[in-house]
Formats: sequence, C-alpha cells, structure tokens
Amino acid sequence: MIPLDDQEIRRRQRSRAIVTGWLLGGLVVLFFAISLAKMLR
Amino acid sequence: MNAETISYRAAGPAEWRDFLALTKPRVMTLVVFTGLCGMLAAPVYVNPVIGFTAILCIALGAGAAGALNQWYEADIDALMKRTAGRPLPAGRMDRDAALHFGVGLATFSVLLMGLAVNLVAAAILTVSILFYVLVYTVWLKRRTPQNIVIGGAAGAFPPLIGWAAATGRVELLPLLLFTLVFLWTPPHFWALSLFVRTDYANAGVPMLPVVAGTRVTRAQVFLYSLPMAAAAIAPWPLGLTGSLYGVAATLLSGIFVVLAAIVGGSREADQAKMVAERRLFAYSISYLFLLFGVLVADRWIAA
Repeated sequence: MIPLDDQEIRRRQRSRAIVTGWLLGGLVVLFFAISLAKMLR
Repeated sequence: MNAETISYRAAGPAEWRDFLALTKPRVMTLVVFTGLCGMLAAPVYVNPVIGFTAILCIALGAGAAGALNQWYEADIDALMKRTAGRPLPAGRMDRDAALHFGVGLATFSVLLMGLAVNLVAAAILTVSILFYVLVYTVWLKRRTPQNIVIGGAAGAFPPLIGWAAATGRVELLPLLLFTLVFLWTPPHFWALSLFVRTDYANAGVPMLPVVAGTRVTRAQVFLYSLPMAAAAIAPWPLGLTGSLYGVAATLLSGIFVVLAAIVGGSREADQAKMVAERRLFAYSISYLFLLFGVLVADRWIAA
C-alpha cells in the first residue's frame, strides 16, 4: 500500500465535500417538495 | 492475492466514485425499473413527488444492501476476476467506511419511506434489505448451492414495494410479479455461473455448477424457466392484465424457455465457448425489462 500525498488527499476530500454538498442541497429541495405534496393532499 | 493478505485499510480517503460503486449501480437499474413498474401498474394516482421519493428510497435501499454485501464479501470478491476491482478488495476504501455507509444509507432509506410514503412500503423495504444482507449474503451464499434460489427473493421485492408505495396494500398482481422475479433469478444467475464457474470455484462459493456440475445446472436452468413462464403469463388468465400483456408475456416467456432449453441440452464444457449461456443471460435481463414495460403499457391502456 503506497501512502497518498497530501495534495491527493485534499483533492479527494474536496471532491467528496462538493458531492455531499450537492446531495444535501437536493435533499433540502426534496423535503420541501414532500412537505408541499403532503399539505396539498 | 488471497483472503488473508488483503488489507482492509485504504491508503487515504476513498473517492466519491468508490462509494457509488459500492451501491452496485448496474444492479440498481433493474431494481429501480421493476419498482417503478410496480408503482405505475397500481390502479391509483400517485403524487409525482411521493412517487419519486418512493423510487429514490427503493434505489437507496438497494444501494445500501449492495454496500453491505460488498462489505461482508470483500474477502471472496478479491479472489474473483469479476469482482477484484471493487473498492474494498482493490484497497481503495476502508472496510469500516463501507459498513457505516451501508448502515447509514439503509436506515435513511427506510425512515424516508416510512415518513414520506407509507409504513407498509417501509416495512417491505426493511425486510428486503435484511433478507439480502442477512439471509442471502451472511447465511446462505457461502453455505449452500441453493443460495440463489432463496436469495432471489431479495431482488423480487421491488415491484411489491412500488405497488405498496402507491396503494398502501399488498395484492395479487404484485405478489405474482414477486413470484416471477423470484423464479427468474435462478436461471438468470445459473446461466452466468456456468460461464464464470472457475471464478466461483476459486473463491470457494458453492454455486450450483461448482457443487453439482454443469449438467445438473443446465437441467435446473430449464426446469426453473417453466414455472417462471407460468408466473409471467398468469396475470392474463386471472384477469389482472389485458391481452397486450398476455400476448407479450407468452411470446417473451416462450423465447426464454426455448433459450433455456438450448442451454439445458448443451454439453459445452469450455467456458469461453458457452454462447448459449451468454445469450440466455443477456436475454434474461432484456426479458425482465420488456415484460415490466409491457405490463405498465397494458395497465395504462386499460385505465
């Protein structure tokens, strides 16, 4: 197993953080839409 | 590399793509499609947002089950060519990260299904995840050549979940769809295991061709295709679908049985030359997609 350099670790952390951010944003929109759907039923 | 020499500690944080790979996206496609068709075939209006949420939960639940399966099977995955490149055996991800991801995703999918859709769908989703992880992966897969037969039930749940998400109930048509996928799984996987049996043998997985030989497996592939075809056609004479589905199911299942019969009658021993087995495996995937697609079309025409 070859240890990764700092730059590679930072790159991976950054790309994971971006994807997580998008997913959380998507969930916020989804929960809002679910709330509306439940209220309008 | 063997099971003892695999390191389960990755050199650094895994890429987000590795987490995606952990969810077995290709398997998820079929799961999502059959779940969606189960929901669309239900004779009720489903709010698009709730419908989307239900399908998302089915996808997340399937992804969680796939992740937990890979977490548990990292040792045997490392021994098979087909699976050695997965994130855990390839050393790109910590085993603990995979476990936490799988458990977290499973819990989230069930909670979201229960809160946003309904409790019946959430309950069936829970059973399907636990069945795949505990009954199939942990209990059966390494112990019995019947692993695929009983474990196949796990993959048969999505149409039932889709229907329950729409109606809040379990009825005869989704139960027949469950039976169809359940009976479809053995010929589908045994066709695959015939031409990758060396892989399974190397990993010590007791798949039917490894334990009972190719002749028995070929016979079983054909025998299972018969009740599978009956389950596929059954909704038509029972009055649950129209003639569009009935005719399509009869034709598609007929082709399946013929291809299974060719596999059953083949004596090919060289895995590289197993054309009939590869053809049945490829057709079996299209078969399920087409059958469920026609089911939805038939229900919509009738509505």
